[in-house]
Amino acid sequence: MIKLINTLEHALRSPTKKVVAGIWSTEEEWLAAAKKAKQAGFDKIEGISPYPTHEIDEALQIPRSPIPFVTFVAGLAGCAFGTWFTWWTSAVDWPINIGGKPMWSLPAFIPVIFECTILFAALASVGAMLFLGGLPKVDPPVIHPDLTSHKFALFVPEDDKKYDVAKIEALFKELGAEEVKQAEF
Amino acid sequence: MIKRQQLVLGNKSLKDVTDDICSLIERMPGQKFLAVFSAALVLFWFYLFVQGSIVVKGMGLMGINNPVGWGTDIVTFVFWVGIGHAGTLISAVLFLFRQKWRTSIARTAEAMTVFAVMTAGLFPLLHTGRPWLAYWLLPYPNQRGPLWVNFRSPLLWDVFAVSTYATVSIVFWYIGMVPDLAAVRDRAKNKIRKLAYGALSLGWRGTAKQWNHFEMTYMLLAGLATPLVLSVHSIVSFDFAVANLPGWHTTIFPPYFVAGAIFSGFGMVVTLMVIFREVVPVFKDYITMDHMENMNKVIMTTGLLVGYAYGAEFFIAWYSGSPYEQFAFINRAVGPYWWSYWTMIICNVFIPQIFWFKSMRRNIKVMFVVSIFVNIGMWFERFVITVTSLHRDFIPSSWGMFEFTFYDYGAIFGSFGMFFTLFLLYTRVLPAISICEVKPVLNVGREESHDKAH
Repeated sequence: MIKLINTLEHALRSPTKKVVAGIWSTEEEWLAAAKKAKQAGFDKIEGISPYPTHEIDEALQIPRSPIPFVTFVAGLAGCAFGTWFTWWTSAVDWPINIGGKPMWSLPAFIPVIFECTILFAALASVGAMLFLGGLPKVDPPVIHPDLTSHKFALFVPEDDKKYDVAKIEALFKELGAEEVKQAEF
Repeated sequence: MIKRQQLVLGNKSLKDVTDDICSLIERMPGQKFLAVFSAALVLFWFYLFVQGSIVVKGMGLMGINNPVGWGTDIVTFVFWVGIGHAGTLISAVLFLFRQKWRTSIARTAEAMTVFAVMTAGLFPLLHTGRPWLAYWLLPYPNQRGPLWVNFRSPLLWDVFAVSTYATVSIVFWYIGMVPDLAAVRDRAKNKIRKLAYGALSLGWRGTAKQWNHFEMTYMLLAGLATPLVLSVHSIVSFDFAVANLPGWHTTIFPPYFVAGAIFSGFGMVVTLMVIFREVVPVFKDYITMDHMENMNKVIMTTGLLVGYAYGAEFFIAWYSGSPYEQFAFINRAVGPYWWSYWTMIICNVFIPQIFWFKSMRRNIKVMFVVSIFVNIGMWFERFVITVTSLHRDFIPSSWGMFEFTFYDYGAIFGSFGMFFTLFLLYTRVLPAISICEVKPVLNVGREESHDKAH
C-alpha cells in the first residue's frame, strides 16, 4: 500500500525546472511586460496571474484551447453509447414486452441518451482540462504565494532556447518588475 | 446612457478581495454561527431519527395510503430538486448571457444546488421503502438474466437525470473552485491547512496556459449544464405527465415545472443571501442591494410565469371537454384540499407582485418574508399536484384522503436540517464567493479616474 502511494506520488511529482521569474503588482504593467518579453524571442515564457485575463493569451501568443473538440467527440460517444445500450438491453439481450410498446422504443429512450451525452461530454472536458493543465500535481513549487492573490508573474524556464539568467533578469527589471528571482517551477 | 452599477462596493483592491473572502474560513466561528449551526445539527439528527425509523419499521409510518401512494417523500423530492435549479441558472445560464453581476453569488448558489440535490436524492430512495436495494435502479449486469432496467419508464429517466445533474453540478462547482482553493493554500500558515487545501487545489498554479484551458472548460460546462438543468425538471415532470391521471397528464408540465423550479430556487437564494449578509457583514460589499434587487425581479417574473401556468391548466381543463379533467381542477380549488390550493396561489402569484415597487425590491425585511412565502408556496404547489390529483380520480368508490403523520412532518422539516448543516459547513470550509471571478469585475461601474485596483 505504502509502495503504491509512493509510486503514485512520484508519478504526480513531475521534475521541476529552474526558472527566472519577475513579479509585477498591476495587471497593466504585467501585460505590457509580457508583450515585450515575448517579442524578445523567448519560446517557453509563461505568465501567472490570480485571475484569468484574455490579453495575456494574445501577449504570449497562447493558442486557443483544443478542449471543445474533446467535448464534441465525447458527447458523440456518449450519445452513441446511450443509443446502443438502451437498444441492446431492451431489444436484444432480453426483450420484454412492457405495455405492448415496441422493443426498440427510441422516443422513450431519448431522455437517457441525452443524459449520457451530457455526462460523457462534461466529464471528458474536465478530464482534458486537467490533463492539458498538468493537473493534479503533488506539492508543486510556488514561485510566490501572492500570485494567487494580487500579484502577477512572468517566468522563463531553463529549457528555453534563449535562457540566460543575467539577460532575463536585466530585461525583467527594465520592464518594471518589482522583484526578480530565480526559482523552481 | 444608463450608468453601470458598481458590482463590488468599497473600492477594494485585489488583496482586499482575497482577504475578505478568505477571512470567513480562516477565523474561528463566532457564537452567532455556532448557535445557528447547533440548531441545524439538532434538526439534522432529528431527521436521521425520523428517516431511520421509517427505514427500520416501514413506510406505514408515513401518511401514504391507497389511493394516495405518492405523499410527502415525492412532494419534498420535487421541492428540493426545484430549489437546486436556481443555482445552475445563476452559475451557468447567466454566465452564458455574460451577466457579470452573477460572479459574487454564483459559488454559493451552486453550493445550494449541490446540497439541495443531495437532500432531494434521498427521498425517492427512501420512498421505495427498501432503500438498501436502491442499486437495482442502475443497469448493472446481474445474475437474474441479466434483467435490465426498464428504459421506457419515466421513473428510470429520473434516475439518470438526477444522478447526471448531481454529478455535473458537483464537477462544475468544484472545478470553478480549484483556483480559489489554491489561493487559500498559498495563504495557509499551518501545515494541516496547507496539506488539505493543497490536495483540494490539485496543485493549481494559475499559469496562463492553465487559465486558458480553465476558461474554455468553464464555458463548455456552462453550455452543457444549461440544457441539462432544463432537462432535469422536465424529466421530473414526466414522472407525472406520462401517467394517465387527470391533473397530471398535461403537456404544459415540463416548462411549468422548470419555471416553478427557477422561482422556488431564487426564493431560496434570496433567503440564504439575506442571512449570509447579516451574519458576515463584509459580504455586503460583494452581495450588494443591486444583486438582491435583480434576484427579486427574477422572482417576480417567474411568479407571473407560474401564475400563467395555473391559469392555463384551468383553461385547458375546461377546453378539453373531459369531465374527469374538469373535475380534477375544480376539486383542487374547492375540494377538501382547497386550503393547499389557495396557499399556493397566494404565496406564488399574489405575494411576489409586491416587487413591482422598487422600494420593496430593495427592502431586506420585505424580500426575506416574501422569499419564505415563495418557499412555502412552492412546497404546496407540489403537494397540490401530487396529492389532490391522486386522492380523487375516475371512480368515486376509490376516493380517499391523505393524512399527515408525525413522520411526514419530521421528513419535511428535518430535511431542512440536513440542507442547512451541509450549507453552514460549506461556508466555513470553502471560499463562499468566487475569488477569481470577482477580481476581473472589480472595475465595473467604477469612475474612470480610479485606475485599476491593486
